[in-house]
Amino acid sequence: MAKQNLVVIGNGMVGHKFLDRMIAKGATQNWNLITFCEEPRVAYDRVNLSGFFNGKTEADLTLVEPEFYQNNGVQMYMGDRAIKIDRDRKCVTSANGITISYDKLVLATGSYPFVPPIEGKDAEGTFVYRTICDLEAIAAYAKTCRVGVVIGGGLLGLECANALKNLGLETHVVEFMPRLMPVQVDDAGGLILKREIEAIGVSVHTQKSTTKIVSENGRVHRMTFADDTELQTDMIVFSAGIRPRDDLARDCDLMIGDRGGIVINPACQTSDPDIYAIGECALHQNQIYGLVNPGYVMAGVAADNICGVDSRFDGADMSTKLKLLGVDVASFGDAFAKTSGARELTISDAIQGTYKKLVVDETATTLLGGILVGDASAYGSLLQLMHNKTALPPHPEDLLLPPRSGGENALLRVENFPDAAQICSCNNVSKSDICNAIRDNGLTDLASVKQCTKAGTGCGGCVPLVTDLFKAKLKQAGIEVKNHLCEHFAYSRQELYHLVRSSVSSQGESQQIHTFDQLLQRHGQGKGCEICKPAAASILASVWNEYILNPPHAGLQDTNDAFLANIQRDGTYSVVPRVPGGEITPDQLIVLGEVAKEFNLYSKITGGQRIDLFGARVDQLPHIWARLIEAGFESGHAYGKALRTVKSCVGSTWCRFGVQDSTSLAIALELRYRGLRAPHKIKSAVSGCTRECAEAQSKDFGIIATEKGWNLYICGNGGMKPQHAQLLAADLDKETLIRYIDRFLMFYIRTANRLERTATWFNKLEGGMEYLQQVIIEDSLGICAELEAEMAHQVATYDCEWKATINDPRKLQRFRHFVNSDQSDPNVIRVEERGQLRPAYEHERQLLTIGQP
Amino acid sequence: MQAITNQSTATRWITVCALNDILPDTGVCALVNNQQVAIFRVGEELYAIANYDPFSNANVLSRGIVGDRNGIPKVASPVYKQNFNLATGECLDNAEISVPTFSVRVMDQQVQVGATQI
Ligand SMILES: Cc1cc2nc3c(=O)[nH]c(=O)nc-3n(C[C@H](O)[C@H](O)[C@H](O)COP(=O)(O)OP(=O)(O)OC[C@H]3O[C@@H](n4cnc5c(N)ncnc54)[C@H](O)[C@@H]3O)c2cc1C
Ligand code: HEM
Ligand code: SF4
Repeated sequence: MAKQNLVVIGNGMVGHKFLDRMIAKGATQNWNLITFCEEPRVAYDRVNLSGFFNGKTEADLTLVEPEFYQNNGVQMYMGDRAIKIDRDRKCVTSANGITISYDKLVLATGSYPFVPPIEGKDAEGTFVYRTICDLEAIAAYAKTCRVGVVIGGGLLGLECANALKNLGLETHVVEFMPRLMPVQVDDAGGLILKREIEAIGVSVHTQKSTTKIVSENGRVHRMTFADDTELQTDMIVFSAGIRPRDDLARDCDLMIGDRGGIVINPACQTSDPDIYAIGECALHQNQIYGLVNPGYVMAGVAADNICGVDSRFDGADMSTKLKLLGVDVASFGDAFAKTSGARELTISDAIQGTYKKLVVDETATTLLGGILVGDASAYGSLLQLMHNKTALPPHPEDLLLPPRSGGENALLRVENFPDAAQICSCNNVSKSDICNAIRDNGLTDLASVKQCTKAGTGCGGCVPLVTDLFKAKLKQAGIEVKNHLCEHFAYSRQELYHLVRSSVSSQGESQQIHTFDQLLQRHGQGKGCEICKPAAASILASVWNEYILNPPHAGLQDTNDAFLANIQRDGTYSVVPRVPGGEITPDQLIVLGEVAKEFNLYSKITGGQRIDLFGARVDQLPHIWARLIEAGFESGHAYGKALRTVKSCVGSTWCRFGVQDSTSLAIALELRYRGLRAPHKIKSAVSGCTRECAEAQSKDFGIIATEKGWNLYICGNGGMKPQHAQLLAADLDKETLIRYIDRFLMFYIRTANRLERTATWFNKLEGGMEYLQQVIIEDSLGICAELEAEMAHQVATYDCEWKATINDPRKLQRFRHFVNSDQSDPNVIRVEERGQLRPAYEHERQLLTIGQP
Repeated sequence: MQAITNQSTATRWITVCALNDILPDTGVCALVNNQQVAIFRVGEELYAIANYDPFSNANVLSRGIVGDRNGIPKVASPVYKQNFNLATGECLDNAEISVPTFSVRVMDQQVQVGATQI
C-alpha cells in the first residue's frame, strides 16, 4: 500500500510531541510525515523560555535531538508558514509557495499573544513574550533602556517581569484587574502575592487601564491610564493573555468556538474528520488549555486515533505550581469553590507572607482544590489527595499547618500515596512507574531516577516528591549509601573535614588535628594511600593553611603539589606563574621570555590567560623560580587543587561596551583567593558587560558587570561536561559580592566530595540553587559568620609557596633527580617542532637513542 | 631501625645517602651502577624498587605517594597512578607487570643499596 501523507502545521511543543509519538509508534511505515514550522528553529521548550535570560541557550531549550527528523524521514519546511488549507482538494499551501496534499492534517498552531487595542501599541519599544525571537528582540532593546513595563499581571506577565528585572531594568507590572494572577488566585492571595513581589523590587500597579502609549523621538516614552495617571517607561511588553491561532481553520470553515479556538471532539478531530487540532489552538468542551501537559495528552490521543487505536481526551487538570520572582504560587482543582456546596478554608499569614486556601466538598471529606501563595511545599501532596479523593482528616486545616504534636502528617507522605498516583504531571509518571524503575534498574541516585523515568524533568514541581519517594524506597530496600573515602577511613571527605575542623574548637592543643598521622591514628587505620593522603592534605590546608612541604605534609601531596609544578608525560614539569586577571606588564613578559630561553622551555599561552613554560627538570625548578620571584612573580598554583585563575576582559577601562572595571575586580579576587585549597580546582572569570567575553558563565564562580553592580554566577564548568553557571544573586556591590563568594567557596570546601568540581557538587545538592541561596544569602544554616572567618584566616595566612621553598635550603634538597648525584635524568629526550622543544614520542625515542652510548 | 636484609653474601653495598635525607613516608631516587633506584621510607621500613614506571615510560616512581593496600606496602605512580607492591615490585593493578626490586639497608644512619639486583 502506498504511504499516505500526514501533514502537521506548527512545530511547537505539541506539534513536536505528536511527531515524536507517531515515530515511536512506527507509523513512518504507513505515513509520510510532513511539517510546516513557522519559526526559524525546530520545537523548543517554551515552558522554560525565560531560562533564555538566565544563560540557557537554544541548544539547551531544544526538544529535538539533532538529526532526529532527518533520521526518521520527517519532511520539515523550516521558517515556512502554512497560509491556506483547501479542504476540497485536500492540500495545504505555504508562504514559500509549496503546496502539499494531505490524507490527514493536524493543526498544532498554538496561540499568539493578545495585544489590547491601545493607541500607540505598535510603537518602537513594544514587545510580546512568546518565542525565542521575541526574547532576543527584548534583550537587545533592553540594553538601551532603564525602565520596563509589563502590561498584564498574569502568570506569564510576572515571569516576563522577572526577566526584565534580571536584564537590569526598573520593572513595573500593570494589571487591569484588581489583583495579580486573576485566573489562578483570589483577592486575598493576590494581595499577598503583590506584597511579596513588591518586596523584591518590582512595582505593581493593579486596576490600571492603559489608554495610550506615547512615543518621543520614535520610541516608547510613557503610558497614560484611565484614571489620568501616567508612567514613564522605555519599553513595554504585552502579556495580556493568549488567543488561539485559528485563522487557517476559520478560513476553511472548520467549526470555531464563540470566543475562538478550533472545536474538537474527544478524539481531537475537528468538524472535518480528516483534520485534527491539538494543543493551545484546540477548543475542547468550550475550554482552551493554555498549558503544555493537556496539549501533550491531546498529541497522544490524536496519534492513537490516526494509527487506528481508540483513545479519548477527556479534559485535563489545570493545576499549576510556579515560582514567580522567588515567590511560590500554586493553584489546583476548583480553586474558586465553584462546585455547589463547596466550602473554603483559608489561612493567611501576613508576617510569613503566606496565604493558603483549601476548597472542600459539603461534608469536608474530600479536597476539591486550593490556592497556595508564599509556601507551596504541600502542593504535590495536596494534589494527590484531590486526585485520589482520599478521605480528609477531621481537621483539614492540619494539612496546611505544621503538625500539631510532632511527626509529619501521614496523609501527605509520599509512601502512603496509592501506586497509581500521578507524581509528575508534565510527563505523566505514576508512583509505581518510579518505584519499578528504582527496583528494576537498581537505581541509587536521584539523577538516574529522573533520567530513567523523566519524572521531574518538566516544570520541576514534583522534584521534592520524587526525592522523598526515592529516599523512602532506598531506605526500604535497606540500602545504605556509603561514601567512604578509601579503606583507611570509614568517613566521607565531608565528615573528615568536619573532624579536622571541629578539632579546632575543642579545648587543649593536644585535641587539634594538624597532621595526617594524627588523623589516621584517631579516625583511620593502616598507612594511608594515594586517595586519602592528598585528600587529607587538602583538608588540612583548607583548615590550617600551613606550608604544604613541611615534613609532616610533604609525603601526602600528589606529585604536582609535592614539587609545586605540573608533571608532564616524560616526568619533567611545567611552570605557571600567577598573572592575576591576565594583566601583565611588558617587563614581566620579557622576564618570562628570558627565563624560557635560558632554560630552553617550551612556551604556550594557557586558556586561563597566563603563560605555561614546559620541560623543566626537577633540579631546574628552584633556579627558574628564583628568577621569577626576583621579577615579582609568584606561584600560580596551576599544580594544586586550588584557585587557578580569575580571567577577565578589559571591561570599562578600554572596551567601549564595558560598564564596570572587570579587570580590577578580577585582580582583586585572584589575589584574595590565591592559594586557597579546595576539593578540586576552582576557576573564575569576570566580564565587564553582558557580552561576556571572559566566559564567566563557564566558571566555578563567574561575575558579570551590570549597570548597577555585579551579577554572581556559580557552579559552571567547562571541561569534560560543560555546564552553565547559574545566577546566585544580581546587582551586588563589591563588598556583598566578595562576602557571597567567601561563603560560597567555604561552603563548597566544607561539603564537597574529594575531586568534585562545583558543578557536580551542585548537581547533587538537594534543593539546588534555592537551597544555596538560602544558605549563602539568607544564612539559613547560621554558619555564614564562621565561613567568612575561615576565609579571612585563609586570606591572612597566604604565603607564596615558591618563595617559602627557595628560601629554605633543606626544602631545596628535594629538588634533585638523584639523591646521590647532580646528574639529570638521561631518559628525557627532546625533539624540535615549530622552533621549540617537546618530549620525543616513543617511536622517535627509539630512533634517537640508536648509536648513543 | 631494622632494614630489609635479604642480602646474600655476594652483595656489595653502596651507600647512597643519609637516612635523614629521606623524609618519613616519602621516596628518593638514587643512581646505583647507572641504574635508577627508587628508595622509600615507610614507617620503620626501607624499600627499593626501580625508578622506571613501565606505564608512563618515565623515571618517576620515587615521586609517588606511599601507603598500603590491605596491609601490603605500595607506591602509586605519580603519572597514571598504578600501584606497585614495594616488597615484590608487582603491579597491584595489573598482574602481568612488575618492576625490579633491590635490597636496601641502614648502616650507621646511612642508606645502602645492594649492588646486585635480587
Ligand atoms: C513564557 C512562557 C511560559 C510558560 N510556562 C508554562 C508553564 O510553566 N507550564 C505550562 O504548562 N505551560 C506554560 N506555557 C505554555 C506552553 O508553552 C504552551 O502551552 C505550549 O507551548 C503549547 O504548545 P503548542 O504546540 O500548542 O503551541 P506552541 O508551542 O506555541 O507552538 C505552535 C507553533 O506553531 C507555529 N505555527 C502557528 N501557525 C503556523 C502556521 N500557519 N504554519 C506553520 N507554523 C505555524 C508557531 O510559530 C509555533 O511555533 C508557557 C508559555 C510561555 C510563552
Ligand atoms: C567588539 C567586540 C569584540 C572585539 C573587538 C573582540 C576582540 C577580540 C580579540 C582581539 C580577541 C583575541 C583573539 C586572539 O586571541 O588572537 C578575542 C578573543 C576572544 N573573544 Fe572577542 N571580541 C569582541 C567581542 C566578543 C564577544 C561579544 C565575545 C563573547 C560572546 C567574545 C569572546 C571572545 C573569546 C571567547 C575569545 C578567546 C579568548 C581566549 O583567548 O581564551 N568576543 N576577542
Ligand atoms: S564583556 Fe563587555 S566589557 Fe568586557 S570586553 Fe566584552 S564587551 Fe567589553
